[in-house]
Amino acid sequence: MKPPLMKLTDLSVTFATRDRTVHAVNGVNMEVAEGEVLCILGESGSGKSVTLRALMRLLPKFARVTGGIEVAGQDVLAMSERRMADFRGGEVAMIFQEPMTALDPVFTIGRQIAEVVQRHEGASRGTAMARALELLELVQIPSARRRLDAYPHELSGGLRQRAMIAVALACSPKLLLADEPTTALDATVQIQVLLLLRELQQRLGMGVVFVTHDLGVAGEIADRVAVMYAGRVVEEGPVGPFMAGPLHPYPRGLLNSTVHGGMRGTILTTIPGAPPSLSTVPTTCSFSPRCVLAEPACDAGVPPMVEAGGDRRGRCIKLGLEASTVPA
Amino acid sequence: MDINPDRGGPAQPLLAVKGLTKHFPIKGGLLGRTVAAVRAVDGVSFDIRKGETLGIVGESGCGKSTLARLLVRLHSADAGTMVFDGEAVGEPRASGISMRDYRRQVQMVFQDSYASLNPRLPIEDSIAFAPKVHGLSGREAGERARDLLAAVGLAPAQFARRYPHELSGGQRQRVNIARALALQPRLVILDEPVSALDKSVEAQVLNLLVDLKRKFNLTFVFISHDLNVVQFISDRVLVMYLGEVVEIGPVGSIYDRPAHPYTRALLASRPSMDPARRRTVPPLVGDPPNPVNPPSGCRFRTRCDFAEDVCAARKPLAAELGGGHLAACHMASPDSGHSKAGAILEVAA
Repeated sequence: MKPPLMKLTDLSVTFATRDRTVHAVNGVNMEVAEGEVLCILGESGSGKSVTLRALMRLLPKFARVTGGIEVAGQDVLAMSERRMADFRGGEVAMIFQEPMTALDPVFTIGRQIAEVVQRHEGASRGTAMARALELLELVQIPSARRRLDAYPHELSGGLRQRAMIAVALACSPKLLLADEPTTALDATVQIQVLLLLRELQQRLGMGVVFVTHDLGVAGEIADRVAVMYAGRVVEEGPVGPFMAGPLHPYPRGLLNSTVHGGMRGTILTTIPGAPPSLSTVPTTCSFSPRCVLAEPACDAGVPPMVEAGGDRRGRCIKLGLEASTVPA
Repeated sequence: MDINPDRGGPAQPLLAVKGLTKHFPIKGGLLGRTVAAVRAVDGVSFDIRKGETLGIVGESGCGKSTLARLLVRLHSADAGTMVFDGEAVGEPRASGISMRDYRRQVQMVFQDSYASLNPRLPIEDSIAFAPKVHGLSGREAGERARDLLAAVGLAPAQFARRYPHELSGGQRQRVNIARALALQPRLVILDEPVSALDKSVEAQVLNLLVDLKRKFNLTFVFISHDLNVVQFISDRVLVMYLGEVVEIGPVGSIYDRPAHPYTRALLASRPSMDPARRRTVPPLVGDPPNPVNPPSGCRFRTRCDFAEDVCAARKPLAAELGGGHLAACHMASPDSGHSKAGAILEVAA
C-alpha cells in the first residue's frame, strides 16, 4: 500500500498567552491519499482552521504544536525555516477565504503569480510571466492576457478567488489546502468555483484538504469527510454514506438543523446549548452536554474511535444509535 | 389602548413601496464632482401585506441591504414613495405618518450582532433605551426589557446585566431581536439576521422568529442570500438583481415554478446535498456586472442564455403569471417580441 500523502498523528495545538490558554486541537489523526479530497467539517471554534494552518506551520509563535505532521513522507515539524520556505507554495499551497486580504494589493495579479514561479523554480521573469498567463487560463479567467496587468481591486470577487487559486497552483503542489474558499462568494459564483476546484483537482491529481462549515459544500466536493468538534475528529468516512446518514449524534444534529427545502411550517430541530470553552483539555465526550443520547458512561472518559465498517468511524460509545432506539 | 390600530383592514398593504430609487454618487476628479453613481436600488415597487413574511433574495451588490435601509429610513430615497397602512411616509407637513411614529412601528435587526449593540451598555439598558426615548418611565422600560429577554429565551435574572461581549453570537442576535421588539412595532426588517451564525444556532434563531411573529402579531421582511432559509421562513419571495426586482410571488410558486432565468439559476446554484447527484455545469458563468454602469434593457441579459436583441433594446416589464406571481422577463410576457415570448418555461431541474 502506498503511504498517505498527508498524515496527522495525535496532533494537538494549544494557544497559551498570559491571560488564558485555549486547547484548540486535541489529538487529531487524519490521512489524505494522493488525489483525494478530504473535507474537514465543523462549526466556528471546532479547530478545523487551526488544524489546516498547522499543516503549513502558519500558526503564531506562541502556539504549541505537538504530535506528528507528515506530508509526502517528510516530517513537517522537523523542517528548518529555510526548508519550510521551499515547502510552502512548492509542495503544499493554501487558498484562503478572503482573496482581497490574501493577495497583495500593490502588485498586479500576473506579478504575484510569476513571483511564486521565480522563487520556487528559478525561472526567468519572462518565463514566469508566460506561466502566469497559462495559469490564469487554467483557472478560466476570461481575457486572461489583459487580467495579468490587473490589480486585485480591479477584479470581481469570483475572479479574485480564481486568481488566488492560480497563485496556489503555480508550482503544481501535491497537496492543496483550502480554508473556506467559497464562503464569502455569492451562490452563483460559489458553485462555479467549487466546480473549477474539483475539475483542477482531478486533472492535476492533487490531494486536497478543504475546510468548510457548510454540509452542502462538502457534499459537492468531498471524497471523504472528517467532522470536528471541540478540537477532535468525531466522525470520519466516505462522503456518500455520511451525507445519507451520519453516525455520530453531533453531525446528525447538524444535518437535521440545516434548513433545506420542504421544511416550511415545521419546527427546526436544533442542537441545544453551545460548544465548550476549551480552556482545559476535554477529558470526557465534549458533546455529551448537548447530546440527546448522553448517559453517565459518556462522562467516563474520552470515547475511543469506534470502527463502524465501510471505512467509517466515530468517537462515540453509542455510534450509529438513533435517539428513538434507545429506551427512555 | 391599542397603540397600533389597524387602520386599513387586512386587505390594505402594511407598506406599499413604489418606484423606490437610491443612487450613491461617486465623487472624483480635482473638484470632487459627481462622476458616476452606484445605482443601488433603481425603481423598486412592491407591497408588504399585513402579517406576512416577505423574503428578499439576491447576490451581494443587488441592493437588498440598501433597500432594507430605505425601508427603515436610514437612507433617504432619491425618488419613490412609501405608504404605511394608508399614510404616506416622510411627506413633510402632509397628511402622512410622522417619522417618529414610523420609526416606532418599523424596526430593524442587522446581520452583525456585535456591531449593532452598544458595547458599554448592559443588554437590558440597550433594550430599554428606545422605550425611554419614546416616553416610558425607567422602571416600565426596564420591565419591558426583562419581559422581552424572557420572550427571546434569555433568562433575565441571568442575562439582563451582561454586556454584549459576555454573550455568544446567537445570544447577541436574540438581544437584537428583543430590542427591535421593544417599541412594539408592526413591521420588522431583518437584514441577514442568521447569516453570521453557526448552523445549529441558526435553526434556534429561526424557530424563535417564527414563534415571536405569531405571538406579537408581526410582519417580517426577511433579507438573506440563503435560499433555503428564505424558503423556510417566507410567505412570499422577492428576487432582486442589480437594483431591480426581477421576480416576486408566493414562496411555493417561486420555488416550484421559477419563471425568470436568474431565479432559476439562483435556485440551481444551491449545493445538492447528495454526492451522487453532483452538478457538472455551473448554472451561470461570471459575476454580476457592476451596478455603476448596468446593462441596457434587461440587466440580466449579459449572463442570460436566452438573451436576444429585444432584451438589450427594452427593459422588460413585470408580467403577471397568475396567483400574484410576477416576473420581469420578456419571455414571460406574450407580446414582447422575444422569440420565446409567452412560452411556459421548463421548470429548472
